[in-house]
Amino acid sequence: MNQECVIQVNNLKKQFGSKVAVKNVSFEIKKGEIFGLLGPNGAGKTTILRMMTTLLRQDAGNVLLNGFDTLTQSRLARQQFSITGQTAAIDQDLTARENLMIFGKLNGLTHTAAKARAAELLTDFDLTQSADQTLATFSGGMRRRLDLAISLIGKPAILFLDEPTTGLDPRTRMQMWQAIQKLVAEGSTVLLTTQYLEEADHLADRIALIDHGGTPNDLKQQIGGMQLRIEVTSLQEQQPAKKLIQDTLALPVSVNDRTLTVLLDHTKMRKVSQILGRLQDAAIAINNFAVETPPLDDVFLKLTVGKN
Amino acid sequence: MKMVATKNQIVHNILTMTHRNLLKTLHNPDSLSDVVIEPVIFTLLFGYLFGGVIAGSVHAYLPMLVSGILVQSILNAASGSGQQLREDINAGVFDRFKTLPISPIAPLAGQLVGDSLRLLLSGMMALITAFVMGWRPTVGLPTLGAVLLLAIFIGWATSWIFALVGLMAKNAELIGSLSMIIILVMTFLSNAFIPVKTLPRFIQTIVKINPVSLTITAIRTILRTGNWGGNATMVFISGGIIILIFMPLTVLVYQRRG
Repeated sequence: MNQECVIQVNNLKKQFGSKVAVKNVSFEIKKGEIFGLLGPNGAGKTTILRMMTTLLRQDAGNVLLNGFDTLTQSRLARQQFSITGQTAAIDQDLTARENLMIFGKLNGLTHTAAKARAAELLTDFDLTQSADQTLATFSGGMRRRLDLAISLIGKPAILFLDEPTTGLDPRTRMQMWQAIQKLVAEGSTVLLTTQYLEEADHLADRIALIDHGGTPNDLKQQIGGMQLRIEVTSLQEQQPAKKLIQDTLALPVSVNDRTLTVLLDHTKMRKVSQILGRLQDAAIAINNFAVETPPLDDVFLKLTVGKN
Repeated sequence: MKMVATKNQIVHNILTMTHRNLLKTLHNPDSLSDVVIEPVIFTLLFGYLFGGVIAGSVHAYLPMLVSGILVQSILNAASGSGQQLREDINAGVFDRFKTLPISPIAPLAGQLVGDSLRLLLSGMMALITAFVMGWRPTVGLPTLGAVLLLAIFIGWATSWIFALVGLMAKNAELIGSLSMIIILVMTFLSNAFIPVKTLPRFIQTIVKINPVSLTITAIRTILRTGNWGGNATMVFISGGIIILIFMPLTVLVYQRRG
């Protein structure tokens, strides 16, 4: 078993009646990674998360957290993580500090240690002023920050974030992002679900796209693949360049003004260098030639188009 | 490595969850209003309305009424646990507890141990109201305390049944109204408020096998004679059996429910 793999998900399946909610989902997450589970509403993200956090039993497949099976070693598995988000709530009737204290003690801290850690987190998450008010007076952003703070009280190795910023204003979202990035810098591993491309793009090191309960087969290749971007000097050269690239790679080329882009798959990588030579032979002048990671929106649209 | 949670940790977890429950009550003291008001209203209503008919006078009825109201109030308070549990589960708080490396019994036991404050309060209110209306116990304070404790114990045991109902039914309001109907039928079909002799024969049979009657008889005996008595021991054992059956069953359902 790979020591570096903090999370392993193998062939996870879940069916509700005749409706297949999750079919054959597998992925691995390494220590210190932010892994994004991206997909539209109802795609099965939360179901996957509930199975990974021992809240729901899967029909088949297994989940290992730091090597502990969530079904057969559930208590040890539970010591490895915390969860924040729509699947788990906080006590509305208690104050922020009381909530932190209770969860601190349940995580095995002594009264004194829980008190100190609660004060520390209240400061970190800018909640000191409202610490002793019940949550009834809290704004959505404050609740979300407290929710994350509660998850951190036991210093978990793995953090699950279920749509951590859904419904938040841009400023609060930015604060949440910074808090998450800080955590990872301190050594945590994060799995987050989101319906926002922008969020996945900004935060995640790697992303799995969930659609209709499954991961598209070619996703790894697509996400792992690169994009070729060529900018020609004049509009007249746009069409000849497009034809030349298409002939060489046998891949669809999208054109926008003087810029031509191609999503590459791994097998076509070595042919890319031939394009430069052929462009020169055809006397097509270029301003820019780049092989780069494609923006996520392109991949997302390409993969989910026509499916919903 | 199999047993991660030691007995000590379980006790510690239950105490923390009890503390949580008490804090919730402290922030919402009006959540106790039902267990404070209900015993008062029932004692006043029954005492003044039926005292004359049943016992000749309010004063003569009170010694009989007080044990009936005491048990009814405590059962009513115990039923609140099921509803409270369901509300917490629906709010999602229990999902968070479930992902913690704690014993699954802790969130449930914490809730129910905390709820014994409700039991104590409702029992005391029943006794105090009767006292204000003119009831004078013939036993000493320690015996009175023992009666109250026995009633609380049987109430606490019953709260595990209500907790199980709370886990199995999805709708908190339904649990509330269902519990109320059950308690009304169980207490009215017992010797709580009326002399059993006056009832038709077949209803007498039902009343005699009703466990609520057994509890009330036990408490009446102690209040009249000042002695513990065999009935009280039976009640005590019955409570223990209820706990032995329903505590593991409730924890099992709590763990299994997706």
